[in-house]
Amino acid sequence: MALLDVNDLRVRFETHHGTVRAVDGVSFSLDEGETLGLVGESGSGKSVTNLGIMGLVPSPPGVVEAGHVLLEGRDLVQMSDAQLRSVRGNEVSMIFQDPMTSLNPLLTVERQLTEVLELHRNMTRAEARRAAAKGLDEVGIPEPERRLEQYPHELSGGMRQRVMIAMGLLCEPKLLLADEPTTALDVTIQAQILELMKDLQERRGTAIILVTHDLGVVAGMADRVHVMYAGRLVETGPIGSLFKDPRHPYTRGLLQSVPRLTGDPDVPLSSIPGQPPDLAALPPGCSFAPRCSFVQPTCELDRPDLARLPSDEARSSACFENENLPAKADQ
Amino acid sequence: MSEAILEVRDLCKHFPMGKSGWRNSQQTWLKAVDGVSFDLHRGQTLGLVGESGCGKSTCARTIVGLYPPTSGSIRFEGNDLGSLSARGWAPYRRKIQMIFQDPFASLDPRQTVGSILTEPMAIHKLGKPRERRLRSMQLLEAVGLNPRHLYRYPHEFSGGQRQRIGIARALALEPEVIICDEPVSALDVSIQAQVINLLGELQERFNLAYLFIAHDLAVVRHICQRVAVMYLGRVVEVADRDTLFANPSHPYTRSLLSAVPDVDPEVESVRQRIVLRGDVPSPLTPPSGCTFHPRCPEREQVPGERCSVEVPLLQGSGSGDQQRTCHLDT
Repeated sequence: MALLDVNDLRVRFETHHGTVRAVDGVSFSLDEGETLGLVGESGSGKSVTNLGIMGLVPSPPGVVEAGHVLLEGRDLVQMSDAQLRSVRGNEVSMIFQDPMTSLNPLLTVERQLTEVLELHRNMTRAEARRAAAKGLDEVGIPEPERRLEQYPHELSGGMRQRVMIAMGLLCEPKLLLADEPTTALDVTIQAQILELMKDLQERRGTAIILVTHDLGVVAGMADRVHVMYAGRLVETGPIGSLFKDPRHPYTRGLLQSVPRLTGDPDVPLSSIPGQPPDLAALPPGCSFAPRCSFVQPTCELDRPDLARLPSDEARSSACFENENLPAKADQ
Repeated sequence: MSEAILEVRDLCKHFPMGKSGWRNSQQTWLKAVDGVSFDLHRGQTLGLVGESGCGKSTCARTIVGLYPPTSGSIRFEGNDLGSLSARGWAPYRRKIQMIFQDPFASLDPRQTVGSILTEPMAIHKLGKPRERRLRSMQLLEAVGLNPRHLYRYPHEFSGGQRQRIGIARALALEPEVIICDEPVSALDVSIQAQVINLLGELQERFNLAYLFIAHDLAVVRHICQRVAVMYLGRVVEVADRDTLFANPSHPYTRSLLSAVPDVDPEVESVRQRIVLRGDVPSPLTPPSGCTFHPRCPEREQVPGERCSVEVPLLQGSGSGDQQRTCHLDT
């Protein structure tokens, strides 16, 4: 049995501009120790998918319309708040993008770290303090005893993100949801944090859902990748084959528009024409059709479903033209 | 090579940070920019890269006159700008414009696009109102927006479109130099590529010189002819683009380049990152000697205590006009 099974998750927001279907029928599963990269641009629904799994969709205006989130067979969507609280921070935990706004500025590092341990592990203050210091040591923070006394504003950005990761891992969760964990950090610090996450995962076998817009980060971290566009999964598959030969026109456009340190820098970057769609007024057919260079008349009428590729059972893509796309030119 | 349009020499910007010591007699200074020199040539792009807090944005703001420099000179076509009064600045403001990072914060939400674009022309008394309006429509067209959107407000546009409005505003006064402060880092990748290409087209069309400030080295590689790398307020390496990316000579540049993630999973699986120890030190208490020495992975190769004692100077290394500040092999 898979560790996590997300089935037809749907989240909508009621806004002044109308109903926004931020997550529109997302299904996937995740095994123990696996890293899944969830990529897409702003507004594609990747963060809301994570919030939906954790039962943290702000309501109102958000509503989880349908779907199941099965963690080892137990449905998180159907759980009461009290049951959910015993899962959150314990079996499933989350690392947020901005460690400054997601740590409580009024509490010392010690207080923030020991809270989960006292709640979920029934530890005493002293035990929790020792465990917290050990947690900080594990994420590579020097002088953990001194850091415990400090407040978040006394730490640098990279240090705060380490504290967040330490907090997320204290109860040894089976599943870690990392929402843009390195986006706010500089590249040299990002490299440190990514090495750290890989290392901790190898030691503990935690499954990770890594939400990011940075395709380079996903390429280095994930086993499988899911690409989201306008609230839906448009392409899924193992990282190697999907990045090598993307079948969905959106994935192709996305990969080609990333500036790289290799290749001819004087060739203009290829970009995806147009703007990201307005989620409150999506076209009836494929959401990507208005920006797609392979668009056919059927694309504007019907919405393609995510379907397995005949050529590769491990991969799926939501495009009518999958089989007709020209082979990707070697870059 | 053409003559330099902008020459910056030993530019320093120090901020007073409160006092300490006996009866507050000691003034502490934050040395945000500490002796930066470079030339910017007509029609060319110089990249200024570094991590947050290295002083690259302060450098930009000092050059456009938003901060008075503590010392050093900024020469535009041979005229020193650093000593000018606000009034004396006026003719140069037309020639040096700026594009900001955040397209949501840098446009007045209560002004229409038309008024955002005509305001600079009105301030500099260019043309009649009719001509200004016509020109702002041409500007919108030049940056790839619909000229009929003149009466819309910034909130009606997406992030990428807003950044285009910011670019059109910078072009309104026909500048010769544009300081681009992280112009694409707030944008999604697919939109980022559009804006990078647009900046390239406009540069060719209007023969603009860009000072392009960024932390993303892959972006810099696509738009700059020359690159300067900053660390804690100083330029640690400067070179032609191809030299810098193929043959970085400062240990900091090498580690920066090795930390850039690539989209090819095969490359990622075999790569050896140079992971730096620790964080960037506080610019309030910079390390002695070479400011990079506490984090430097190649420090052991310099004998003795030279790195922690002696400040390395920016000097030629290896090929052509590549320069760096480092004691290695000297």
